[in-house]
Amino acid sequence: MNRHRAHFLLFMLSLILACLLQLMPLPDLLLPFRPYWLGLILIYWALEEPERIGLGRAFLLGLVGDVLQGDLLGDQALRLAALAFIVLRFRSRLRFFPMWQQSLAVFALLLNDRVLSLMERTFTGDPLPPLSFWYAPVAGMLAWPWVFLLLDDLRARLRVHEA
Amino acid sequence: MPLARTDTSPLFGSGATSTLRLIVYLAAGVVLMVADYRGHYLARVRQYAAVAVEPVYRAAAMPADAARNLRLAVADRQALTEENQRLREALLLTQARLNRLGAVAEQNTRLKELLEVQHSLGLGVQLAKLIDIVLDPYRQRITLDAGARQGVVTGQAVLDAYGVMGQISEVLPTTSTAVLITDSSHAVPVMVERTGLRTIAYGSGSSDRLNVPNIPVSADIKAGDKLITSGLGGSFPAGFPVGEITSIGAEPSGMFAVAVAKPAAALERSGEVLLLRPLAEPVGPPALRNETGPPAPPAEELQANAAAAAAPATPRAASAAAGSGSGTAAPNAAVPGIAAQSNLQPRSAANTAAAAPPPSTSAGATPAAPAAGPAAATATPAAPPARSVPAATAPAVSPSPAATEPAVPPAATPPPPAAEPPRPVPGAAP
Repeated sequence: MNRHRAHFLLFMLSLILACLLQLMPLPDLLLPFRPYWLGLILIYWALEEPERIGLGRAFLLGLVGDVLQGDLLGDQALRLAALAFIVLRFRSRLRFFPMWQQSLAVFALLLNDRVLSLMERTFTGDPLPPLSFWYAPVAGMLAWPWVFLLLDDLRARLRVHEA
Repeated sequence: MPLARTDTSPLFGSGATSTLRLIVYLAAGVVLMVADYRGHYLARVRQYAAVAVEPVYRAAAMPADAARNLRLAVADRQALTEENQRLREALLLTQARLNRLGAVAEQNTRLKELLEVQHSLGLGVQLAKLIDIVLDPYRQRITLDAGARQGVVTGQAVLDAYGVMGQISEVLPTTSTAVLITDSSHAVPVMVERTGLRTIAYGSGSSDRLNVPNIPVSADIKAGDKLITSGLGGSFPAGFPVGEITSIGAEPSGMFAVAVAKPAAALERSGEVLLLRPLAEPVGPPALRNETGPPAPPAEELQANAAAAAAPATPRAASAAAGSGSGTAAPNAAVPGIAAQSNLQPRSAANTAAAAPPPSTSAGATPAAPAAGPAAATATPAAPPARSVPAATAPAVSPSPAATEPAVPPAATPPPPAAEPPRPVPGAAP
């Protein structure tokens, strides 16, 4: 198995895992604190291996998420495309932030994502979401370092293994 | 920006992050959303997609299922005990409810039976509830929740779904007291259903027993025979079950057989009873009313005369019966007297029997009534007063030995020939 294929596998596995985590049933109490896993994984891959993540793939991933979650089709696609765009734009800066700063940046990104979602909701005439709507970016910020370290470690291991 | 621009994406090549691309994708997203939201064009697509991703949901649900299973597996004993306790209590509660339901269902059945009786009777009846009950050897009474205000009068028959229970003996404004057929001072004229043998059933003082004394040794009666009311005396309509013969023995003197019967009514169980409306006078006055009118053919005139003769005879005969126990009870169907007595009975004899009089004085009247009952049985249903005019002289000319006997007071020994059906009479009278 060559290196590219192993990395591709890791990439795909991480996406699938993100989808599953996104769908996993949780107790009602924990439900608002579910991080936006798709967004987190997308941010990671856009930061680390931008050649794998373009706007189109982000869009496709968003469509998959829409289908899986039963949202309005195009909702997540739009949001993830915007997210990917921002990350790719500021990739060089974000990459070299220290971890805490990076976490804050991720928080801002996820917050922005939430705002987009809120806009969409407003356009479709949904009522304003409750306060718990805003918990998820915080949870995402807290989850980010672990996601980052885990994936980085896995990638490093792959590299060492190949080498 | 220059860095970003030099990034290469395998799918889109250079310029992956150009603003134009972003706008294109955002527009695509918006179009998709609008299409989905407004047109529902994508409903079918979504349906197929949903089918395709169903396994994904299962996979996603697996951790939660596993967590639940794990929690079940390691649920500690304390929790299980508590749950067990809770379930036990719930079970108890449910059981209690179920039992109550059973009682209600039983009551429903009982009421339905009563209702059926009420319908099949075709008689005026009234439902009453038991509110008190006295069952001891000296008094067998029940108190009902209907009284004078509900139209209850003394003497009304009390029935339940299975048979005769007793009759009203005392009426208060909103309650009334009934004496049961098993009260030791109560007697009810009965007939053996199988053979038609008429006799009297006396209360025994115990609620599962009726005494039927003074049965001729030769009479056709055996254990298992059903007793029904004969309708004589007018207190009880004919044909209601009274009891069932359980055993037959001989009197100490050996002259009569004595039977013991079990009441048909559920005297100790009934909660609701039926009160029969008072019956019309069985004979006499109604016939009289029919005959008064325009001049009639001689035959009818004769009838009218006879009826007129019978009517005035009533009080006299009644007094005679009460006083001396004269020939009215004679076996050869002395009709005017008998008719008078059977008229009288609901008012005087039966009621005194029902009201549990002091045994000494009116006990004399009590046996007189039963004595009249069987004897009148031949006369009342079959023979209106007019037809029996020729026989009206009979009591005067042929005072039978029975005629004197009712004068003997004791209730325990009513006149034997009176209990005897008047079958032998035709032979004896001539």
